[in-house]
Amino acid sequence: MIKRKVISTLVVLLFLILFVLFANNYLDSYVVRILNLCAIYVVLGLSMNLINGFTGLFSLGHAGFMAVGAYTTALLTMSPAVKAQNFFMMPLIKPLDSISWPFLPALLLAGLLSAFVAFLIGAPVLRLKGDYLAIATLGFSEIIRIIFTNTQNITNGALGINGIPSTTNLWWSFGAAAFTVIIMILLISSSYGRALKAIREDEVAAESMGISLFKHKVLSFMIGAFLAGIGGGLLGNLLGTIDPLMFRFMLTFNILLIIVLGGMGSITGTIVSAFIITIAGEALRFLDETMDLGFVVIPGIAGLRMVVFSGLLIIVVLFFSNGLMGNKEFSLEKIINKFKKKPLEEGGSK
Amino acid sequence: MHYKIDCGALRYLKVPQLLRGYIMFLNMSLSSFLQHLTNGISLGSLYALIAIGYTMVYGILRLINFAHGDIFMMATYFAFYAMVTFLLPWYISFFLVIVLTTLLGILVEKAAYRPIRNAPKISILISAIGMSFFLENLATVVFGGRPKAFPAPDIFTKIIHIGSISIQRLTIIIPIVTFVFLLFLLYLINRTKSGMAMRAVSKDYETASIMGVDVNKTISFTFGIGSALAAVGAIMWGMKFPQIAPLMGVMPGLKCFIAAVIGGIGNITGAVIGGFILGIGEIMLVAFFPNLTGYRDAFAFILLIAILLFKPTGIMGEKISEKV
Repeated sequence: MIKRKVISTLVVLLFLILFVLFANNYLDSYVVRILNLCAIYVVLGLSMNLINGFTGLFSLGHAGFMAVGAYTTALLTMSPAVKAQNFFMMPLIKPLDSISWPFLPALLLAGLLSAFVAFLIGAPVLRLKGDYLAIATLGFSEIIRIIFTNTQNITNGALGINGIPSTTNLWWSFGAAAFTVIIMILLISSSYGRALKAIREDEVAAESMGISLFKHKVLSFMIGAFLAGIGGGLLGNLLGTIDPLMFRFMLTFNILLIIVLGGMGSITGTIVSAFIITIAGEALRFLDETMDLGFVVIPGIAGLRMVVFSGLLIIVVLFFSNGLMGNKEFSLEKIINKFKKKPLEEGGSK
Repeated sequence: MHYKIDCGALRYLKVPQLLRGYIMFLNMSLSSFLQHLTNGISLGSLYALIAIGYTMVYGILRLINFAHGDIFMMATYFAFYAMVTFLLPWYISFFLVIVLTTLLGILVEKAAYRPIRNAPKISILISAIGMSFFLENLATVVFGGRPKAFPAPDIFTKIIHIGSISIQRLTIIIPIVTFVFLLFLLYLINRTKSGMAMRAVSKDYETASIMGVDVNKTISFTFGIGSALAAVGAIMWGMKFPQIAPLMGVMPGLKCFIAAVIGGIGNITGAVIGGFILGIGEIMLVAFFPNLTGYRDAFAFILLIAILLFKPTGIMGEKISEKV
């Protein structure tokens, strides 16, 4: 059984590598960019699903963690010359202005810094529940954004940062996505994962079974923030430019849409819906543009796409409250088992 | 009366921020202090009007109505179109705005909250967030993303002089309107039959429905009143800050929810007190610490987190014990 699992994982990874090779060589840059975004949203969706779906903490602070990650990576990877060009209003503070790290350590530090911020936020706030927690985390994410707007000698304030090296390519983004999926699967199937699910189902019962609520909640919050920081770093170095307005509640909403559509508490559901939402977001761009149907011309209205998106979210919540997968997983094994002839089950009472 | 210290020179001395604020406080003349105070009171009254909507809905459904800020935004647009496009006189437009916004609030409840009233809380919250974004994007598409100038009637914006301070008439009208509505609501909730139904539903809606209270009607009524107050707040907000945009409801919405939490959510007098604390605090923060102006919006959130950590039930809230 375990052997088959390893083999199927290796096969999936092999397919992924072949796919990235194919995409790098044969697809145009627009499609590659969308694929990059898809993979980054897989990372972000999974990190939010860990907090919201698996642990049941309704946190809306994701944009804040992403901002920490994106700014850290950007400031660490940019060359001193580009930094000097950017910070013309107020020079960058001392040690940051002359360093230029490779991408991997910068990403890791971004993740760690975000996790640290999550610890500072989570330690006091995580004893709140439900909508109070939601509004407090949302508040913290806004506070992070406001601080970034005002600390001009670190973040360049409202001007944002331009000319971030575009290091993110398919290898980085899909590599990070695969890494996140593996971490998530290992975590969820461990005793920690079961503890998190127990907290989601019933806090009081979990606590009375000896699960430390505080420890597990903070752990889940920090791992989620770590991954969100990495996702934010990848996103910043893909887009090449970041500013505080990018990290508004809207961004958290996009990720929330992904996990609601995919199913709160489903890894495969999140992966599928990250692809669906990102590709649909691009495919629905025609709604914003002028349409010529031959006999009638419909003038484009900017923003119609977002109306459709938010309508979609309401419809999903109202009619398919479990999303695509609920909290179940899609796995090859189950399908294989379905087609195999099963021996008769043993008799007796269960 | 007070001691004059040159504040310009203070910048060169490394005086701690707090101390500098205190010295500015001593330095501030009585008239400019009163000016800030009246501004704070009128901003606080606006927050209070919107916060009442949040607190009523939360009291009855245990739900943060994320769309409340956007209902407020829609009301300013209704007023804009009534006065600018249809050229209606202000008293008719204001009446129409209140009616339309009330209907919008009831509609939002029917469409997005009623079908999933018994679903897990997280679904209802997501539906509320979805509704909020839907209204914002709809407003961007229908009304256009560019900010518009709100047509404030002259009667409200005339400047009057009292002693050494000069203020708009509006600054006095706003707190009076808020106070009148507060008294009206307190009467409605504590003395009338529909108020009794609201109180019953907020305690336990299953039992209330067994006792013959029409739960759906009561909840619609609550949403209607909350939205009507948001409309009144929106009209006055538009006259005080005459620039309207599709995303203008987000920040006031969040801040007013915070005001409701500070006052003790579910309690109407508490919401008004919370609104005043937030409004006056914000204005005074900017007045005393001008170099913290950029952090003005963070003030509310910091206050919220402090309240949640030290007194989660707010100033006037009742303690709710958890049933296991």
